[in-house]
Amino acid sequence: MPKHDTPLMDELEKGPWPSFVSDLKRQAEKSPQCWDIVGQMELSYKDRMTHWKHGGIVGVFGYGGGIVGRYSDVPDKFPGVAHFHTVRLNQPSSKFYRTDLLRKLCDLWEKRGSGMTNLHGSTGDLILLGTKTEELEPLFYELTHDLEWDLGGSGSNLRTPACCIGKARCEWACYDTQAACYAMTMKYQDEIHRPAFPYKFKFKFSGCANDCVAALARSDLSAIGTWRDNIRIDQAEVKNYLSGANKANGGGTPAKGDKFDIQKEVIDLCPTGCMWMEGDTLKIDDAECTRCMHCLNVMPKALRPGLDQGASLLMGAKAPILDGAQLGTLIVPFIKMDPENEFEELVDVIEKCWDYWMENGKNRERLGETIQRVGLPTFLRVMEIEPIPQHVREPRSNPYVFWREEEVEGGWQRDIKEFRKKHAQ
Amino acid sequence: MATVEHKGKTFNVDEDGFLTKGMEEWSEEWVDYVKSIEGIEELTDEHRKIIDILQDYFKKNGIAPMVRILSKTTGFPLKRIYELFPSGPGKGACKMAGLPKPTGCV
Ligand code: HEM
Ligand code: HEM
Ligand code: SF4
Ligand code: SF4
Repeated sequence: MPKHDTPLMDELEKGPWPSFVSDLKRQAEKSPQCWDIVGQMELSYKDRMTHWKHGGIVGVFGYGGGIVGRYSDVPDKFPGVAHFHTVRLNQPSSKFYRTDLLRKLCDLWEKRGSGMTNLHGSTGDLILLGTKTEELEPLFYELTHDLEWDLGGSGSNLRTPACCIGKARCEWACYDTQAACYAMTMKYQDEIHRPAFPYKFKFKFSGCANDCVAALARSDLSAIGTWRDNIRIDQAEVKNYLSGANKANGGGTPAKGDKFDIQKEVIDLCPTGCMWMEGDTLKIDDAECTRCMHCLNVMPKALRPGLDQGASLLMGAKAPILDGAQLGTLIVPFIKMDPENEFEELVDVIEKCWDYWMENGKNRERLGETIQRVGLPTFLRVMEIEPIPQHVREPRSNPYVFWREEEVEGGWQRDIKEFRKKHAQ
Repeated sequence: MATVEHKGKTFNVDEDGFLTKGMEEWSEEWVDYVKSIEGIEELTDEHRKIIDILQDYFKKNGIAPMVRILSKTTGFPLKRIYELFPSGPGKGACKMAGLPKPTGCV
């Protein structure tokens, strides 16, 4: 496949940031079809529109998802991308790799596809960009048999779960996010590979409220680590921050003034105002602390999460289509996340939710929209969760309150004649 | 647009092998052809039942049924549907029944 004339794309080789165009051209030395990626893209830049056809249904036997089919609408000009299917591979938790595995994968992908990848897709998958239909089964065979690697999810199913780096390299992780992510991925393989839901469903696992995997904003079920006892304070290290021996924010953000000012940078910024100094001793009224992470983020050497750790479960986050964007809504304030019992409490919540949503969710209705349609009180009832003040940011302001008949003395069956005996017309 | 020849019949199909004119062009030869490419060894009454239900549902409602509804009306759990159609209800069964190609964020 020959090179194309690509003046617009060539512009993107300038500047300091790693250029995807230079990378594509380098890969084209080995996989000539990459010239056609650059070529078709140039055409799209010129026409200001995509040159991929609508949709595409391809896959491997046994699975209902994992591969996103795609065809060029100008295949005569760019035969190298006539078929350009994308293969989603379920990434290891937190994306730690060994080079030997990546080398094997690259060799396989250069043999069976374009050699272009996306590391990684937003959901987490390692994405292989661009291959032909007839390569899919052989690729899948070699992936599973030689690399022991499986596809990720696509379609109306459980998509590939993802997690923050967690206990692997972070002192704030309140549960083992990688263990939870891996355990749920393995437990729900069927739900990942064979679409059985009204619509897509995503899990994400963050070890604390910093939420490095953005679970709150981009998963239908977000498990966000927290603790329910007291923040552990090392007063000696607090003094090291006061003296300047410890750098605030791990040195990440320079102190605002010449010197670290605990009053200005921590105490006055605590959202609940539950911190104060007594001499050079830091005090926290933990009953009023909302575990926002700010003070820990500023003084990581002095402050640590409590020891009674677990996670909050928030549900329903989604992008705008159809009824508007949603972040997760707090459903379960605290559960234990225990690998020993295979995350039993989490599994219980997941399965109650799926039982209800699979039966009651409308076609292409995300969980967040189902909750809005049936109402949070109904959803909590089917989840067998007692409503508590933590379920709302503020109580409703309109008086359109529904009561269930059994809650109202006398029920709904009333006789107008009885009423008229007391109220003549 | 490509065409497929099978047992003396010609079918118009898209790149993914779905009938471009849907059930209008659907025939026994089509069923036999899809069987040969979708990993199906022998066509049974269970296959037939799924095809009939998909076609009835599509004729009545203008869309393919949700997986849950297909399971309920056929009485086959999803696992069984994959045993019958290795590519699943969308790529396998809907294709064989002559329904339009599934769309959306697949
Ligand atoms: C016991 C008798 C009545 C009860 C319990 C009652 C109750 C209500 C309620 C619950 C609303 C809705 C408030 C809201 O959510 O915005 C409302 C609105 C209204 N009512 Fe009544 N109402 C009564 C008598 C009357 C009478 C006799 C009139 C007129 C002659 C009237 C005129 C209105 C009007 C105009 C509104 C709309 C106000 C607005 O939208 O700002 N109501 N009423
Ligand atoms: C064919 C005649 C009428 C139609 C189609 C009609 C339609 C409507 C509609 C669609 C609303 C808004 C309801 C909502 O947003 O929840 C409304 C509200 C209202 N209408 Fe009418 N209406 C009619 C006649 C009347 C008459 C004759 C009166 C008074 C004598 C009246 C008084 C009101 C009031 C007070 C409200 C506000 C109620 C509230 O905000 O709670 N309407 N009407
Ligand atoms: S979410 Fe919290 S625990 Fe996870 S990596 Fe980020 S800061 Fe650490
Ligand atoms: S975690 Fe947040 S709310 Fe709790 S004490 Fe620290 S700053 Fe205040």
